Amino acid sequence: MPIDILMPALSPTMEEGKLAKWLKAEGDAVTAGDVIAEIETDKATMEVEAVDEGTLGKILVPEGTDNVKVNEKIAVLLGEGEDASAMDAASAAPAAAPAQAEVPSTAAAPAAPAAPVVSEPAEDPEIPAGTAMKTSTVREALRDAMAEEMRRDPDVFVMGEEVAEYQGAYKITQGLLDEFSEKRVIDTPITEHGFTGLGVGAAMSGLRPIVEFMTFNFAMQAMDQIINSAAKTLYMSGGQMGAPIVFRGPNGAAARVGAQHSQDYAAWYAHVPGLKVIQPYSAADAKGLLKAAIRDPNPVIFLENEILYGHSFEIPDMDDFVLPIGKAKIERGGTDVTLVSWGIGMTYALKAADELAGMGISAEVINLRTIRPLDIDTVLASVRKTGRVVTIEEAFPMCSVSSEIAYQVQEKAFDYLDAPVLRVTGKDVPMPYAANLEKLALPSVPEVIDAVKAVTYTA
Amino acid sequence: MATASKTTSARSKSASRTRSTAKKAKPAIAEFDKDEELHAYREMLLIRRFEEKAGQLYGMGLIGGFCHLYIGQEAVVVGMQMAKKDGDQMITGYRDHGHMLAMDLDPGAVMAELTGRRGGLSKGKGGSMHMFSKEKHFYGGHGIVGAQVSLGTGLGFANKYRENGNVSMAFFGDGASNQGQVYESFNMAELWKLPVVYVIENNKYGMGTSINRASATTDLSQRGASFGIPGEQVDGMDVRAVKAASDKALAWCREGKGPYILEMITYRYRGHSMSDPAKYRSKDEVQKMRTEHDPIEQVRVRMIEKGWASEDDLKAIDKDVRAKVAEAAEFAQNDPEPDASELYTDILL
Repeated sequence: MPIDILMPALSPTMEEGKLAKWLKAEGDAVTAGDVIAEIETDKATMEVEAVDEGTLGKILVPEGTDNVKVNEKIAVLLGEGEDASAMDAASAAPAAAPAQAEVPSTAAAPAAPAAPVVSEPAEDPEIPAGTAMKTSTVREALRDAMAEEMRRDPDVFVMGEEVAEYQGAYKITQGLLDEFSEKRVIDTPITEHGFTGLGVGAAMSGLRPIVEFMTFNFAMQAMDQIINSAAKTLYMSGGQMGAPIVFRGPNGAAARVGAQHSQDYAAWYAHVPGLKVIQPYSAADAKGLLKAAIRDPNPVIFLENEILYGHSFEIPDMDDFVLPIGKAKIERGGTDVTLVSWGIGMTYALKAADELAGMGISAEVINLRTIRPLDIDTVLASVRKTGRVVTIEEAFPMCSVSSEIAYQVQEKAFDYLDAPVLRVTGKDVPMPYAANLEKLALPSVPEVIDAVKAVTYTA
Repeated sequence: MATASKTTSARSKSASRTRSTAKKAKPAIAEFDKDEELHAYREMLLIRRFEEKAGQLYGMGLIGGFCHLYIGQEAVVVGMQMAKKDGDQMITGYRDHGHMLAMDLDPGAVMAELTGRRGGLSKGKGGSMHMFSKEKHFYGGHGIVGAQVSLGTGLGFANKYRENGNVSMAFFGDGASNQGQVYESFNMAELWKLPVVYVIENNKYGMGTSINRASATTDLSQRGASFGIPGEQVDGMDVRAVKAASDKALAWCREGKGPYILEMITYRYRGHSMSDPAKYRSKDEVQKMRTEHDPIEQVRVRMIEKGWASEDDLKAIDKDVRAKVAEAAEFAQNDPEPDASELYTDILL
C-alpha cells in the first residue's frame, strides 16, 4: 500500500508553508531518516525526513509552491514491489484530519455585512487622510519598526535569546544582524534575570535597549529588574535618571504549549507605576506603537502575540508612522453596546461584532492599544452613547485589566449604564494542553455574543 | 599599633578556609605619599563621622526605615575612588552612604535624603538605600541584594558600546555573592569582555549569617573562576592595598581584557542595620578589629611616624570634618519635607 507523505507542521501555530525544495526525485530510493525536502514558513526553515522506506513514487506538490496547507499530501512513497498504479488507490484515502486548535483568523477588512445594522470599520484618526496603504504582517511590522528606529538612533540596540544569528525565535528580528552587526543585535545566553538587569543598567546610562524575551513567560525570571530597577529608578532618584528601555516579545497563549507557556501578563505589568504597557492588535498598532515605545524615555512593556505574528493587515505606507501611546482606537462604530478589547482579544470582538450586526445589534468596538496609561476617556465616551459594556481578553479574570475597566466605568459613568459591565476572559484555570480543554479555557465568539445579549436584554 | 603586616596576617586568618592560590599573587603594597595619606585620612574620616552622626540622628527618630552604616569599611571606597578616573561609574547595594561621600557628593544632600527632606539627593523620595548622581557617575543605591551586579554589568556594557574607555565598578557584599544573577552577570561580562570591576565587600556577615554558614566556598575572589575571570583577595582595611589592587584591576579592564574581581576583606563595626542587636558575633571580635585593624587609625599612625602630620594637624582635620558633618546634619534637620505635589512627580518622563 503506497504511503502518503503529508505537509508537516513546524509549530503548533503553523497553518501553511512553502515547499521550498525537493531533495529526492521521483524514482529515488528512500530510507527512513533521509531528508527528502525542505519547507519554509515566515518563521523557520526545516528539513522533512522520511518516516518510512520505499521509492519516491510521485511528487504531488512541486518545489517552490507557496501556501501548502499543513497535512496536504505532497508526495507518495511506494513500497517494495509497488508501482505507480497503486497510487490511485492511495490518493482515495483521506488525509488525516488536522488536530489543530482553532486559530482565530483576522477580520482585517471585513466585507460590508448584509445585515440590518451597519457595522463599518472606522477610520484611524492617526493616519492622515489619503495615505496609501500596504499589506504587512504583524511580524514584518515589528521588524520594520525596530530597523527604522535603529537607523534613526545609534543608541538603540536589540538583545535577547536567538535574536541575531538564528534571526529570532519567532523571526521578528529577521535581517537585523545583517544590517546592524553583532554590536547592535546581540545574542544573549539563556539568562533572563542577568540580561534584563544588564539592559536596565545600560539604559540607566542613556542607551536605548530593546530587550526581547523569547516569550514573556520567561520574563518572570527577570521580574525584579523590570519592577524594582526599571520602573522605580526615576522616582527613587528624584527624576535624575530613569531607564529608557523596551521589553518586548510574545505574550499570552500560543497554541497547545501548556500552562507554563500560556499566560497574558498585561495586568501584572499594568499594576506598576513607572511602566507603560502596550498590547497591539494589528500590524499598524505594532509598527506605530513599537516605534513610539523605542522613542519613549520610560520603560515600556510591549506585549505581542505569537498567533497574531503571521496575520496580515493594511498599514499606512509612510516613512515614519508613529502612534501615540495611551490612545485607544475605535475600530468599529456602533450604538447599542461597547466592546472593549486589545491584543488578540480584538479577534473575538470583531467577529462578534459582525455576527451581532446580523442579529440587529450595533456594537462599537474599541481597541485599547495601550493598557497603561489607560485611555478610559475613549471608553467612557462610548459608554455614554451605548450604556452597555462588554470587555474581552484572554487573561485570567481575577484582578484583570477587565476588572479595572469595569471599576472605572462604574465610577465615572454609573448613571449612563443600563446593565452591569460584563467581561469575557480566559477561564480561571492554568492553561490545559488537550485541544478541547484549551479551547474551553480561552474566550470564544459565542461567549462574547452571549454577554452582549445579556447586557442588551435580548437573550 | 596597627601595621601593614599585622593586617595581612589577620586577613589570612579570616580566610583560612580559602584556597591558597588566591593569595600567591599579591601586589606589593605601594606606599602612599604624604598627599595621598592625608587625602585618604580626610575622606575616611568624613565617612566615619558622617555615619556616626547618621546613627545618632536615627536614634533621635529623625531618620526612618532602614539605615545601613558603613563604619569600618571606609578604606574600600576611598581606595577605589583614589584609583578611578573621572567617568568611571560606581554602583552598589543598600550600604551606600560611604560610596556617595567618597564620590564627592554633597554630605548635606546625602544626610537630607536620610531625613527625607526636599534638599535630599533624591528630593526625599529615595531614602538611605536609593540615591543616585548622574553628574558624579554614581548609579545607586539598590535595595534588592545582588540586583546592582547585573545593573553594573550593564554600565560596563554601555562603556564598551560607546568605546569611552570607562570602567564600571559594581560593589556587592559577601551575602550577595550567592545570588544567581551575580553569576549570570559574570558569564556575560567575561563572554563579551565588558569593563567591569566586581568589588566584593566581604565584611564577613550577610546580615546576621557569617560567611562560613552561608557559603560553600569562602574565597570569594575565586567565584569567577568557572568563567575565567581573574580575582584576588585584598586587605580591605588598608587603603593602600585597596588602591594598588584597584589600579591593577582598572587597568586590566581598560585594556579590554574583560572583568576583574576584587574581594575586599573588610569588617563592619556596626550591625547590619540600625535595628540589628548583633547577637551573632562577640563584642570582643568587633573590638579586636577596631583596635588592631582600623583603616583610619592605620593611616594616622603612619603619618605620625613619618612626621607627615602632627597630632595637632590631625586634630585640625578632625575638627574640620566634624564641622562639615555638623553642617550637613543641621541642613538635614532644618530643610523642609518635600512638597506634597512631589508625590506624583518623577514617575514617568
